[in-house]
Amino acid sequence: MVTTVEVLTPGMQTTVQDLGRPGYGHLGVSASGAADPLALRLGNLVAGNCEDAAALEMTLLGGRFRFHGPALCVLAGADFTAALDGVPVELWTPTYVRAGQTLGFGGTRGGARCYLCFGGGLLAAASLGSCSTHVPSGIGGRPLLKGDVLTVRETAASPEPRSIRRAVLERLRAASDVLRVTHSAQTAEFPPESLDHLYSLPWSVQNDSNRMGVRLAGVLLEAPMRGSMTTEGAPLGAIQVTPSGEPVILFVDHQTTGGYPKIGCVISADHWRIGQLRPRQTVRFVHVSFDEARRLLLEQETLLKPEGLFG
Amino acid sequence: MKWRAVALPSGPDGYNRHLVDRLPKWTQVSDSALLARFDGPTPMEVQAQVTALFDAIREASIEGVRNLHPAFRSLLVVYNPVRWTPQALLQRLEEAGTRPSPAAKRAKTVTLPVCFSPGFAPDLPGVCATAGLESDEAIGLFTARAYRVAFLGFAPGFPYLLGLPPVLAMPRRARPRTHIPAGSVGIAGEQTGIYPADTPGGWQIIGRTPLRLFDARREPMSLLLPGDEVRFVVIDEPGYEELSQW
Repeated sequence: MVTTVEVLTPGMQTTVQDLGRPGYGHLGVSASGAADPLALRLGNLVAGNCEDAAALEMTLLGGRFRFHGPALCVLAGADFTAALDGVPVELWTPTYVRAGQTLGFGGTRGGARCYLCFGGGLLAAASLGSCSTHVPSGIGGRPLLKGDVLTVRETAASPEPRSIRRAVLERLRAASDVLRVTHSAQTAEFPPESLDHLYSLPWSVQNDSNRMGVRLAGVLLEAPMRGSMTTEGAPLGAIQVTPSGEPVILFVDHQTTGGYPKIGCVISADHWRIGQLRPRQTVRFVHVSFDEARRLLLEQETLLKPEGLFG
Repeated sequence: MKWRAVALPSGPDGYNRHLVDRLPKWTQVSDSALLARFDGPTPMEVQAQVTALFDAIREASIEGVRNLHPAFRSLLVVYNPVRWTPQALLQRLEEAGTRPSPAAKRAKTVTLPVCFSPGFAPDLPGVCATAGLESDEAIGLFTARAYRVAFLGFAPGFPYLLGLPPVLAMPRRARPRTHIPAGSVGIAGEQTGIYPADTPGGWQIIGRTPLRLFDARREPMSLLLPGDEVRFVVIDEPGYEELSQW
């Protein structure tokens, strides 16, 4: 018996995401995938899934979902005040949902994205090898609407959820308003004052930020090559400075190429933090070397190994 | 960080024989991306180098290389930094780059029908006025040339084409349009491009093709690949309706 889940309300922007579809950048298709990949991986591991199983990504305000069958669920990422038939549900732990129950989410209590992972994962049509929704192009689908019905993937064995070590979880998800940043393609061409401002002043996340880009308000940065730069490939996390002097962090659904100079790039180990930035939140940047950025990522990956995570 | 230059592939049929000595400069642009920049006498020649390196790296299918983004004069290589140090990856990319490139054999010519009727070409009068040409002359000039796909970017399947006659060059619109229909052929500076889907955009729209450039459910999903040659042929409105894939 396959379990289906009905969308009673979709929330602000709820999409199906896995770890993305790399390999199509030359066709203009960015990798997309979970905005907080660390939360998705952890949620899936707790649910007994492989870490890239498809799940729901909710943004700022969650939805309400009625289960037409039993399922194992794990919530990961930001706390969206979830409740199962009115009873609060904890994050990062397996929750068994029975047929006929409703899992409802409210607004965020901190952070921007909450993941609803299912034991077995969601059964969704893959497009170019991934179930991820690329919102601007519609590749992989569209944000959920009221009345949509989702299907939980059947597994041969019943899912084997695991409980995560709190100490490791706290290390992986330590709260911080700092994003660490390396040099990028045009860093050397920016005037020194622009770099001083980037690294010394607080930045406020603007309301119109989304999965394509996170726009930041603060001082206006003096940018080189105003309007005259040659279009080149742009990596995830790059901080572009627009002709008006506004920094924008390129995010998971970003354009594959761009013509604005890049003053720096957020390190891979902090990409999940970009996905948790809320509108009007203050963020600061700290510079690190490429070697340090790689060391921090390897440290994060070591903490994600099951032997340490589940003890 | 200092980078050694990567030797470029030389085509078996001399396609890029004269480019062999021109090496890209590599820069690390994030903890998981390296950017190769090329220099050269003409945009067409530089772009042939970019395409050759792109093809060579794709051909090598290097584990942990996640994405390749060719662009004007450059190629971005996005990789898994858990699998590679930048130094080791660069060495591997060098090896791949020294193999003969399949680019010259892979590149194809695609003929795109385009309708230049006023309803499909809101900016053609402005382009003609700037160039001092009648619309027949402008269309004649535009369709007489062969274009080269420099890269696909901006949106899935959006081709940036090199080869626009300079007289037809036109800056982007001061105020971008909120809606440009899929298939619209546009001009921005000395570039030509085609919108593969309905989107906002600022290019000067001079015509529309009835062919679907990009469809994720189709094989091949993109009609065009970097390095392909594009030719335009004029069709009228009935011809557009007949060929329409929308």
